[in-house]
Amino acid sequence: MTSTWLDEARADVARDPETVTRAFALAGRKVGRDPLRPETDPAGVVHGTVDDAARAELVLALVDAVGAAEAAGRVGALYRQGDAAERRGVLRGLDALETRGVVEDTGALTETGVELAQDALRTNDPALVAAAVGPFGTRHLDQHTWRHAVLKLVFMGVSLEAVADLEARTDAELARMAADFAAERRAAGRPVPVDVDRLVPASSTVAHQQHGTSQE
Amino acid sequence: MRILDPHIHMTSRTTDDYEALYAAGVRAVVEPAFWLGQPRTSVGSFLDYFDSLLGWERFRAAQFGIRHHATIALNPKEANDPRCREVLAEIPRYLLKDGVVAVGEVGYDSMTPEEDEVFAAQLQMAREAELPVLVHTPHRDKLAGTRRTLDVVRESGLPAGRVLVDHLNETNVALVRDAGAWAGFSIYPDTKMDEHRMVALLQEYGLERMIVNSAADWGRSDPLKTVRTARAMLEAGFTDDDVDRVLWRNPVEFYGQSGNLVLDPVPGFVAGEAPRPAEFEGSSVLRGARV
Repeated sequence: MTSTWLDEARADVARDPETVTRAFALAGRKVGRDPLRPETDPAGVVHGTVDDAARAELVLALVDAVGAAEAAGRVGALYRQGDAAERRGVLRGLDALETRGVVEDTGALTETGVELAQDALRTNDPALVAAAVGPFGTRHLDQHTWRHAVLKLVFMGVSLEAVADLEARTDAELARMAADFAAERRAAGRPVPVDVDRLVPASSTVAHQQHGTSQE
Repeated sequence: MRILDPHIHMTSRTTDDYEALYAAGVRAVVEPAFWLGQPRTSVGSFLDYFDSLLGWERFRAAQFGIRHHATIALNPKEANDPRCREVLAEIPRYLLKDGVVAVGEVGYDSMTPEEDEVFAAQLQMAREAELPVLVHTPHRDKLAGTRRTLDVVRESGLPAGRVLVDHLNETNVALVRDAGAWAGFSIYPDTKMDEHRMVALLQEYGLERMIVNSAADWGRSDPLKTVRTARAMLEAGFTDDDVDRVLWRNPVEFYGQSGNLVLDPVPGFVAGEAPRPAEFEGSSVLRGARV
């Protein structure tokens, strides 16, 4: 039943792109809200949920129907008029477009997508921040924004599995930020998220830790 | 004891209230969109309010183990302001969203022609969205307002079973029940209805289609009035099952017609523990870092 609803909704969008608004709002009720990878991500924060995936399919159908340039405005409206789940769906849709290789380096859709990802990164909703650093975010966000997004995930305790191509984009500046964050946590006697180790070479953690401690 | 408060304006309440509600057995609430005290002057104010009912307030409630739902509408008081009426064009898209369990509060304040028009238009929106309707009855001229409300509902073609007429008292309860609609009672510290009068009404009219709420908001009100009514019912000889029917199964049946109620426990919530340090769009309900 659920796959039938999505198939019909996609066909409707191909025929009449206006129908995407209604389908986008109803997706959770029609396909459910379970996590895609319950074993490692029980809340669906890191890898998304069934309704996120359905909404991503609707974004693909929309771009197929009207083309990337016209889709920009429509995708922006879906996001701005959406609740948190609908906003995640738009971001996951951008990822699906990126993975399919239809997003160009410039153009209206890319510009809109970057604006929406930046908006999501200003929130502290863990699932929205996670959805903004998938393949689309990794390819199109500037390095400063991307570093702060990664650190924010660590800060919120969200697994860095959410980040596409983490190792390829991690640089010395992000390693420094993560090491400073770890030192601050240790100074407060609070646990340091294990994901810090993915950003900081072991030796530099120690150096920063000693630096942090000596200031006390 | 499990309780669904079918009408409570949690936006106006504190985290202490959420903790007290959970401790008393309240596991789910419905927050109707209404007037804020300070008049709104633009559509944008409504949209931010609706978004906050479906976003921030739902998040905040979940931090305390409570499932939060909303009803969306242009309220009758502000239906009289042309700057506010433009929000009608935005309402249909909100009626599709997760957690929206009815159109409301609609109805009458001063029974003006503008209120007539806005009420009727929103009843049609409810038909199209296949949602039930929460109707506010006026503070002044309540009996005439209730009669007119029921006439407009009848003309709309909506089944009476999809309509909850709220803020009733001894004078208009029979009208609403005879029309086949659900009867709602707001239990207040000293106005509208109190828990002992409520018990008397339940004894006289029975439990079917009877719904009790606290309607707690920014005025003098008590979010625990649902619980106090439940206790008064038990003291008067009603059974635990009777209490469960009025304070849980009845509102679940009414709002369940939306297909949009979520009643399973909030994942990760542990009673008696402080909320997890989750945040929503930059604002945490915790103040200062936790150590």
